[in-house]
Amino acid sequence: MTPIPKSDGDVSRHAAYLPGEPNRRVDREALRARIPGWGADVDPADRPSVPRLRYDPSASGAHWEFPERQPERWPRERSIEHAGLPPVFGTSTPPRGLSGVLRRHAYARYSEGRAAHWLLLIAADRIDAWESHLASFATLRPDNPITETGVLAEFDRHGLSSRIGQRRADRSHLWLDPIVVAGPWLLAGAGAVAAARALRRRRAR
Amino acid sequence: MKAMVYRGPYKVRVEEKDIPSIEHPNDAIVRVTRAAICGSDLHLYHGMMPDTRVGMTFGHEFVGVVHEVGSSVERLKPGDRVMVPFNIFCGSCWFCARGLYSNCHNVNPNATAVGGIYGYSHTCGGYDGGQAEFVRVPFADVGPAPIPDWMDEEDAVLCTDALATGYFGAQLGDIAEGDTVVVFGAGPVGLFAAKSAWLMGAGRVIVVDQLDYRLEKARQFAQAETVNFTEHDDIVVAMKQTTDYLGADVVIDAVGAEADGSFLQHVSAAKLKLQGGSPVALNWAIDSVRKGGTVSVIGAYGPLFSAVKFGDAMNKGLTLRMNQCPVKRQWPRLFEHIRDGYLKPSDIVTHRIPLEHIAEGYHMFSAKLDGCIKTLVVPGT
Ligand SMILES: [Zn+2]
Ligand SMILES: [Zn+2]
Repeated sequence: MTPIPKSDGDVSRHAAYLPGEPNRRVDREALRARIPGWGADVDPADRPSVPRLRYDPSASGAHWEFPERQPERWPRERSIEHAGLPPVFGTSTPPRGLSGVLRRHAYARYSEGRAAHWLLLIAADRIDAWESHLASFATLRPDNPITETGVLAEFDRHGLSSRIGQRRADRSHLWLDPIVVAGPWLLAGAGAVAAARALRRRRAR
Repeated sequence: MKAMVYRGPYKVRVEEKDIPSIEHPNDAIVRVTRAAICGSDLHLYHGMMPDTRVGMTFGHEFVGVVHEVGSSVERLKPGDRVMVPFNIFCGSCWFCARGLYSNCHNVNPNATAVGGIYGYSHTCGGYDGGQAEFVRVPFADVGPAPIPDWMDEEDAVLCTDALATGYFGAQLGDIAEGDTVVVFGAGPVGLFAAKSAWLMGAGRVIVVDQLDYRLEKARQFAQAETVNFTEHDDIVVAMKQTTDYLGADVVIDAVGAEADGSFLQHVSAAKLKLQGGSPVALNWAIDSVRKGGTVSVIGAYGPLFSAVKFGDAMNKGLTLRMNQCPVKRQWPRLFEHIRDGYLKPSDIVTHRIPLEHIAEGYHMFSAKLDGCIKTLVVPGT
């Protein structure tokens, strides 16, 4: 690690308080010897991002002024900041269920400039996850939090030694992860057990 | 085909899906031969990106072989080996006509503020990604490029995002010869940004992170000085001390939305999703750069607001520059640097896993286990 020098308390000894040289001087030869390619792009005018915003529509390879339109196979939700539906779009996972209703509302009602737009979408994401978990229990492949979280990697990828003896900032909130991930499953499980018991008790009566 | 599928926060699995079909005359279908898991995939995995739907396939870093092309495709044919930029872009809208390929207006109905990105939620256009055996590639005449014969497939897959983004981050910094450049984040993008800073003539490159194994990589791979912020009470003061109280000329934020180091910021953003991202690294960047300096942001943030120290940026007269990388603009120069041996991107790859093990791959990367820096996914093994 780079040693960090401490101040001697006298500001007049430090660069920030003095005019300095007009340009930084560097030992180019030493840098080139140590770092292969040092300075290959040193000329600011010869970098791929220069010039900025150069108008050159032919550079991209597009052979159309406006692309053909992809067929819209279901009503495609879109930002109201668009003039209409753009010609090309993704077709993954159309909206469905309650989360789909919320998503469509978030798009139809609020622009990207409104917090409500994004907060509704995030709420819909949480609902989507639970709708999907519940729906999966009616299939041959129910969600399995053990395999799907990949938590078994803790065993064959050195979960303990990757953390013990390391100063890692994430250790301060590591304890939150199992609660965030497993907590809702444990609560749902406990809820299901309680409901089943209540049902049995009612039947027994 | 087999594809990685999102099942809710922290949960993914492999499912059998239909092979994607041509939906537009300029589409191609690509058979994926190598894909990668990216740090920004973790924002999706943790449920931080709005409108991330259960059933979506992630993956915006992939290379492969053209399987099928649409009727208007002129530049590719089945059998071509191709590398695909993570940006989906039309090449002809107002923004693309000016080289802003990452800000295309014709490919994302869901948001005008974001371009199109493969496998990156509906907020980025609702496209399935490349952590699968096959993927739909729109605008095949514009986005993908043949992999040069001499180029290794693993170097090519790193050009589709991480290397291009790191290099772009250094360009956004407008580095002048002799500048001191600080890079926050020693993940793949930070490592490439540090290496690129030297190419642009930096006099000093300092990489800051919390994980010793990644800082070790920054010393070896990027010849950088390193600072572990957990060893310092206050990383901003340490940055002032090491620059003779000037501050760095250029600071690059290569961390983004899940920055750690402040319990409150991390938990409010990453766990409670109340911010668009935890701006810890960005705020450190703003406070560590010198007055009149430049902060370059290539870490990804979500669309919600973040608690950024804007007053400091204003009072210090900073230039803040940022964008998603327009990947294809970087390629010609990056190909030269790889060919000349200045850059060997695949040196940062630590793990190669079959698609079937993707759930463990995500957990390993998310929890930073086993010295993980970059994981490649190999479908069909
Ligand atoms: Zn990426
Ligand atoms: Zn465009």
